[in-house]
Amino acid sequence: MTTIQARFQLDYGDFKLDVDLKLPGTGITVLFGHSGSGKTTLLRCIAGLQRAPQGFLEINGNTWQDSERDLFLPTYKRPLGYVFQEANLFPHLTVRDNLHYGLKRIKHNSGTVKLEQTLELLGIGHLLERMPGHLSGGERQRVAIARALALNPEVLLMDEPLASLDFKRKQEILPFLSRLHQQLDIPVLYVTHSQQEVAQLADTLVIMEDGRALASGPLSETQSRLDVPLAQDREAATVWQATVAEHEADYHLTRVAFAGGSLSLPAVDAEIGTPLRVQIYARDVSIALEAPTATSILNVLPATITGIADGRDGQSVIRLQVGDQALLAHITRKSALLLGLQIGMAVYAQIKGTSLLN
Amino acid sequence: MLNAADIATLWLTFKVAGIATLLMLLFGTPLAWWLARTTSRWKSICNALVSLPLVLPPTVLGFYLLVLMGPAGAIGKFTAWLGLGTLPFTFPGLVVASVLYSLPFVVQPLQASFTSIGEQPLEAAATLRAGPLDTFFSVIVPLAKPGFLTASILGFTHTVGEFGVVLMVGGNIPDKTRVVSVQIYNHVEALEYTEAHWLAGILMLFSFSVLMVLYTVLKTQPVAHPLK
Repeated sequence: MTTIQARFQLDYGDFKLDVDLKLPGTGITVLFGHSGSGKTTLLRCIAGLQRAPQGFLEINGNTWQDSERDLFLPTYKRPLGYVFQEANLFPHLTVRDNLHYGLKRIKHNSGTVKLEQTLELLGIGHLLERMPGHLSGGERQRVAIARALALNPEVLLMDEPLASLDFKRKQEILPFLSRLHQQLDIPVLYVTHSQQEVAQLADTLVIMEDGRALASGPLSETQSRLDVPLAQDREAATVWQATVAEHEADYHLTRVAFAGGSLSLPAVDAEIGTPLRVQIYARDVSIALEAPTATSILNVLPATITGIADGRDGQSVIRLQVGDQALLAHITRKSALLLGLQIGMAVYAQIKGTSLLN
Repeated sequence: MLNAADIATLWLTFKVAGIATLLMLLFGTPLAWWLARTTSRWKSICNALVSLPLVLPPTVLGFYLLVLMGPAGAIGKFTAWLGLGTLPFTFPGLVVASVLYSLPFVVQPLQASFTSIGEQPLEAAATLRAGPLDTFFSVIVPLAKPGFLTASILGFTHTVGEFGVVLMVGGNIPDKTRVVSVQIYNHVEALEYTEAHWLAGILMLFSFSVLMVLYTVLKTQPVAHPLK
């Protein structure tokens, strides 16, 4: 289901943006890349804050820009919510007036109920009478998120909302964003250069470099693309979305199910059916040709090799398919050679460790 | 004490300054907004033109205005064609001259204020459904309040204090163009030092108190202002 179509071409001489993306109409799509990769420019083009001379943008069947027809909807006419890197609250208005600024300007006023919910979700109900100058960075950013959401937008655009915060504040806001993720039914486009935020939030991942989209698609599939530098990274990992299936209290373990299999994790304090994200680092995955009979490793999953590439420092990067999920393994080139690994081979992936993200 | 003629000059002075200040805010605000945001190559020329009265002797400005607005000047011919007669030595002429003379005192604080507000609040307003005019009144004006305050007060007091331009363009006609500064000159010329003292004292006290109020208020403003 594609509901966002974005095609932009822009040339500033030393920087060019050239993308043609189809993005899903639900969940969080993370635009990931280093600074200067064009991810923020892309977001600003979608918001209409910048105007790409060549561009086509369609959201939910509504055309916001079409340079062929000389159509360009100004930002204030686009039903979007935007969260800036710096919260960008109006310094002359209280938190309450900041929240109501946009609300007063939309015609259908279904927003009031929404605002109540958002205040609760973001935990800012007690800040309403304060001026922005008297808020902490984390509080300001939460107010900014609420201000954007209060409009009941058709799409939420977030430009590195955590980048200006210190580690502690980030940890304070990430859970809010994860919770938002589960409760929002609109698409979110989220710009970041942090792999941690990708792992915790993304459903869909777009990797940007030099003004182009190198890859885009479902998270684990895109994370494990061998033609993208991310897979070579020492911190390379794949994130699986799973649900709690069974608690094994005696062993202090929890089984989680994903499309096509299940994993054992250290006990998780959550009800059966709770969705969660499991991150598996490529360096924690090893490969066996036969099902190991005597091993201490609990998670041994049948897999098929779908790709092999050279990694850095004598490593091989192996891409595996496990059920419906993609998985990356970093093994030594020598092991890959000795095992005679080839694309299409059926093998067993041994997962030494997992980390739970939420 | 003040005689009736002195009081009339005071009244006329404040009337000129009041009307001129309103006009300067009306024309100066869009001009300052444009100057603060444009990247046009005309920007430097406009900046220089607006600032000219800061450095020119008022008599130079007054002289050119007198020539331009006189029966042979371009503006004079235009106003005559409109059936308005010519502007020199009239109250409207005095107001026009005052506007041009004091404009930099209004435009510069506004321009500095607008520049310091930057792009960010405008973008935030746009993402919150506010159109350009809406944004101007709901975001720019409140954020530029110190700039507007400074512009109004400097524009008004500077017009009250003008002398050279008034003498050149307005002359010395009682109840029409004779303002306080000219009246003080008249008193001194006539060696009426007591009367001169009264009027000079009033202007001194007025200007000092108004500026005092301005700087006190500006100190309490949370947002950056051009004079800090």
